[in-house]
Amino acid sequence: MKDWRYWLAEQRGTLLAFGIFIVMFAIYTSNHPAGFTANVVQTASNKGVLLAFVAMAQTLVVITAGIDLSIGMIFLLTNCLASWLVVGTPMQTTLGVIAVLAVGLLCGAINGAIVIYGRLQPIVATIATGAVYYGIGLLLRPFPGGSVNEDLADALTSRVFGVVPASLVVLLAVVLVIWVPFSRSVLGRAAYAAGSSETAAYMSGVPIRRGKFAAYTLAGLLAAIGGLFLTFFTYTGEAAYASGNAYTLFSIAAVVLGGVSLFGGKGSAIGAIFGALAFRTIGDLLFVFDFDPLWQPLFQGVILLVAVSLGAFALFRVRNRLEWFL
Amino acid sequence: MSETTLGGIAGRMPRFIRRADPAVLTAFACIVLLLFLGSLYSRSFLSPEYLLQQLKVASFLGVIATGMMLVILLGQIDLSVPWSVAAGAMMACAAAAYGPVGVALAIPFGILCGMLIGVVNGIGVAYLRIPSMIITLATNAVAQGLMVVYTGGFSPQDSATGAMRYLATGFGIPGVPNAVIIWALIGAAMVFVLTRTSFGRTVYGIGNRERAAYLSGIDTRRVVMIAFAVSGGLSAFGGVLLAGYASKAAQSMGDAYLLPSIAAVVLGGTSILGGRGSYLGTVAGVILITLLQSILSVMQMPEAGRQIIYGVVIVAMLLLYGRAPASR
Repeated sequence: MKDWRYWLAEQRGTLLAFGIFIVMFAIYTSNHPAGFTANVVQTASNKGVLLAFVAMAQTLVVITAGIDLSIGMIFLLTNCLASWLVVGTPMQTTLGVIAVLAVGLLCGAINGAIVIYGRLQPIVATIATGAVYYGIGLLLRPFPGGSVNEDLADALTSRVFGVVPASLVVLLAVVLVIWVPFSRSVLGRAAYAAGSSETAAYMSGVPIRRGKFAAYTLAGLLAAIGGLFLTFFTYTGEAAYASGNAYTLFSIAAVVLGGVSLFGGKGSAIGAIFGALAFRTIGDLLFVFDFDPLWQPLFQGVILLVAVSLGAFALFRVRNRLEWFL
Repeated sequence: MSETTLGGIAGRMPRFIRRADPAVLTAFACIVLLLFLGSLYSRSFLSPEYLLQQLKVASFLGVIATGMMLVILLGQIDLSVPWSVAAGAMMACAAAAYGPVGVALAIPFGILCGMLIGVVNGIGVAYLRIPSMIITLATNAVAQGLMVVYTGGFSPQDSATGAMRYLATGFGIPGVPNAVIIWALIGAAMVFVLTRTSFGRTVYGIGNRERAAYLSGIDTRRVVMIAFAVSGGLSAFGGVLLAGYASKAAQSMGDAYLLPSIAAVVLGGTSILGGRGSYLGTVAGVILITLLQSILSVMQMPEAGRQIIYGVVIVAMLLLYGRAPASR
């Protein structure tokens, strides 16, 4: 087999997600009353980028065969924190942004420490830490409110050179600064290896604990970037339980759509980004076709159900029935 | 944890304590500790009325946690609890609008709706081999969507039927709330199923190693599907009771039951990986969680503080005795 075939096999999920996104976005823009204009793209990207960051965060953890059910709550917490800190002079704003990112990093590190060094199951541990993060968020913002440095917010949610949405540029920068170096580093390889087969990775002398810890920690950071962006879009902080839960749920949906295996060891954050953008576009299709917004939760739920059921097609390739049971 | 010291202490204790799971013992010890702390804060904390009231509130969680435990014993998880609870409650209330027949069938209809959600979960997990965490999240979202469409975004006008209110708040036997009796009956049935039937043994077997159970000639997929259906039905029944307790159904009524039901089962010593755990532990976990919530609300802790303490306590207790064995 040639090299490019291996590459293709590895990137199949990502390419599929990219394809779904392109098709969905084409349907969306062609039926949008305004058509394919910079404005429509900007609005769509601003909405999609939020989920894309959270989905990237979820990908990092899912690659290690874990799951982070507190990711939506870290997103909320950093949103509430940003509505306090990211204000004032440029200097204060910068410090505020750094503080918010540091808190996200810390939340992720706490998750990682509890799961890896505390040896608790990720599902239960992150549900519990999620309650804590939500509580802190509620403490910071019992009622929706706060403000944000509007110059920075407007700069990051407008367009660069009048064409490219700034939020997409930031997303690209985050991919280049965080995801690409991580996935190519020893730690990133260790995270993949730990998700693929922890025992084999350990036998090969891969630093699995550090790799997993780095994945959880960076997931917190990415969720915090998402939380910052939410603040830039809404100018406020709000600790809404339902919204945090929805982001956790949608991040899993985006990860599945993006071709990341929930059993770990397979997939990439790029795929999850396209999964997130596709998921958002599908949700918005309803508005283009003038459906009652009441149907949106059901529509998104059905898409989620269908998306996760698609994985069942792998069953047809099973030759030995014992492979049903992991 | 060193087995020798534990064994040494346990050796001097009566037989029934020696045989008990250390996790269950820890959970009961924590209950005693909480009661002690509560009594320091307020004298009325140890009064029979207050304790009975706590038991009544605990029984709603107890019914839901029973289904959750069955699923966790399989090594799976049911994250569709919030909207199974809400769907059960809302559908039961909705059925009551259709004349006397509707009123009579309200409770079974609510439970049936929950079981349907459970069956979808079960088909996904058992036959399509989708990870339970994912498929149950998805069915949860679908159930939410259906309920939102059904109610048009508002809570339904229909209120709970008399029978639902009687089950949740009445006193069939003087002094003992009906809800507690229902929990006791469901608990007894669960203990019987888990310890005295082949279905129960199969559940433990699948939780330990589904492959081995399958090779022993068990139709493991059917057992998994039934377990999920039962879990959905019990969640819905919990929702029916809650609707009776509050006299009406609301959309977000189930949200507050997902984390507590998982926490109650896990704090009771049931392994989240499946195959190990006793119903007594789940009872302890349910009472423990209810007491913790009650103490926090008696202290008039705001919601934020409650969530924080709640999460911290669960993580702390799990670190105490819920850890996976060190690999290697």
